Amino acid sequence: MSAKKTLFDKVWDSHVVHQIENGPDVLFIDRHMVHEVTSPVAFLGLKNRGIGVLHPEKTFATADHNTPTTNQHLPVADPLSANQLKMLEENANEHGISYWGLGHEKNGIVHVVGPEYGITVPGATIVCGDSHTSTHGAFGAIAFGIGTSEVEMVLATECIMQPKAKRMRINVTGELQFGVTSKDVALFIISQLTTSGATGYFVEYAGDVFKSMTMEGRMTVCNLSIEMGARGGMIAPDETTFHYIKDREFTPKGAAWDKAMEYWQTLYTEPGAIFDKELTFDGSLIEPMITYGTNPGMGMGISKDIPTSDMVQGGASTYKKSLQYMKFGEGDSMIGKPIDFVFLGSCTNGRIEDFRAFASIVKGRKKADNVTVWLVPGSHKVEKAIKEEGILAIINEAGFELREPGCSACLAMNDDKVPPGKLAVSTSNRNFEGRQGPGSRTLLASPLVAAAAAVTGKVTDPRELMQKEMA
Amino acid sequence: MAYDKFSTLTSTAVPLPIENVDTDQIIPARFLKATERMGFGDNLFRDWRYNQDNTPKADFILNDSKYNGKILVGGHNFGSGSSREHAAWAVYDYGFRVVVSSFFADIFRGNCLNIGVLPVQVSADFLQKIFDVLEKDPKIELKVNLPEQKITLLATGESESFDINDYKKNNMTNGFDDIDYLLNIKKDIQEFAKTRPF
Ligand code: SF4
Repeated sequence: MSAKKTLFDKVWDSHVVHQIENGPDVLFIDRHMVHEVTSPVAFLGLKNRGIGVLHPEKTFATADHNTPTTNQHLPVADPLSANQLKMLEENANEHGISYWGLGHEKNGIVHVVGPEYGITVPGATIVCGDSHTSTHGAFGAIAFGIGTSEVEMVLATECIMQPKAKRMRINVTGELQFGVTSKDVALFIISQLTTSGATGYFVEYAGDVFKSMTMEGRMTVCNLSIEMGARGGMIAPDETTFHYIKDREFTPKGAAWDKAMEYWQTLYTEPGAIFDKELTFDGSLIEPMITYGTNPGMGMGISKDIPTSDMVQGGASTYKKSLQYMKFGEGDSMIGKPIDFVFLGSCTNGRIEDFRAFASIVKGRKKADNVTVWLVPGSHKVEKAIKEEGILAIINEAGFELREPGCSACLAMNDDKVPPGKLAVSTSNRNFEGRQGPGSRTLLASPLVAAAAAVTGKVTDPRELMQKEMA
Repeated sequence: MAYDKFSTLTSTAVPLPIENVDTDQIIPARFLKATERMGFGDNLFRDWRYNQDNTPKADFILNDSKYNGKILVGGHNFGSGSSREHAAWAVYDYGFRVVVSSFFADIFRGNCLNIGVLPVQVSADFLQKIFDVLEKDPKIELKVNLPEQKITLLATGESESFDINDYKKNNMTNGFDDIDYLLNIKKDIQEFAKTRPF
């Protein structure tokens, strides 16, 4: 009798080329996404070894981390950034890899464009030198971030060497309340598990809340898996998934599609399969979330007060240091804190649905005078949809401008940096010290919370603005 | 790139008793623009180490001349966040060959092993002991023995064993890397590739 398999087991096991006793598995990789920051040293490594790229047709390169989000038609001003972008282009050309550089119609954040063009498919193994590669798990793929040595490995051999992770299932049952988004679900889970609670595990998300989520929502959840330490996160593919990927540029067509569908429909966890750890939460209890500290696990319902150091697990001194950096006090309420910057974008919340959510709140309102607001689409495709759906008109009317696609203020590697001491509500994924610029202070939240801050200039419960509209 | 062989190391250590040290602290994103693996050590812990005017912050441990050595000792969940291997490069380039903690983030641990920095995971109690001893006497040495998978606090003689899989241990001891291994089984990989449906 063979053991019941989980979704993760099915996909992982079907990609194992070799098993090394008391060592890692050699795992075959179906799709390799490459960006400018973590790849140059890997390409240099190939050169030093005198070898090429084994499967350029499975490799896709896009420029996103360094790119400016205004005047993209002009040369990139920062010489170091410009050099890194040039290197990627040269490397891609030399090795015959598809390259979607600055200004290319398919350009955008690596984890936004992969799914948009059907590079991401169920049952595939997908890696990229970027921890938020976990995003692609939303499609029932095994997707995770790798280091540059591993980028070189995949370029050279289309394989990676890693021990198989343990299995965890996180169930969120019931129905989400009004004003609660997929971002809140993810921030809630991380606040419960802490940033190391899932280290060593691959997580499967299950339950009604994920079943009824859109693909965009599922991507947001899987994207944030890494923030609780997980290797990656995945959701079993279903009709929502198949509908999303059908007819995208790189998905199989015709008979190949039918054959793929046959396989994809087998991708679910068999009843009775064993997880090393299983957790269940009631989705109806989740509030819109906000973080108050310097890691994504330091989050809470927006109406709550900041916990006191005697209430938290782990070291009180690290906790106090974190609040000190944020210039917050134990027991403070977050509601009403004045905000300097708002960032809507990133591979977490830079998709069309996120802009729809933002627009739903700012419609008919005006940008608050005290805030600088950066609205950055995750890709040109998202940018196009924003224009076509009339969202651009709504946000312009409310006093906001749309920037050009890229990682932008998510990591402060380009020009979009939050100045020292300034407080930002950000829809991105990391609130680490200085993540958005040296000395910057970040509050992670959903696009709805970001919109509420953008029009009120302070931390505001978005439900207040939404309820007024309903009345 | 093959790296230095590692067998045993006896050295003083630098304590950093902070939890959840993320890779954005180890090396901030604005220093990731190089296209070669050089000079990252200068920016290790950049924003904890230097003021905005580039003067050293006196209270940060790397600026305290009493503490030095090839072993970095960090708090629980060391290396969380971004997958940037630059974080491991910075640790290596600064001169560390071992990082000790009670818990490591996955990707950082893997990156360290891939470039020849040994991550040594010890119990929370033992970690605290190391911090306590180092606080009192910065000259205390630690001995890390990879073949025996043992770390010893030389002042007290207390030791603990640590985990590492045989394959990685063999790589570290001999200075091999994964690509060497994979290139050796390239035929098998190519056969396997033919069976992939997409
Ligand atoms: S948006 Fe942020 S997290 Fe996502 S790939 Fe870019 S820098 Fe990384």
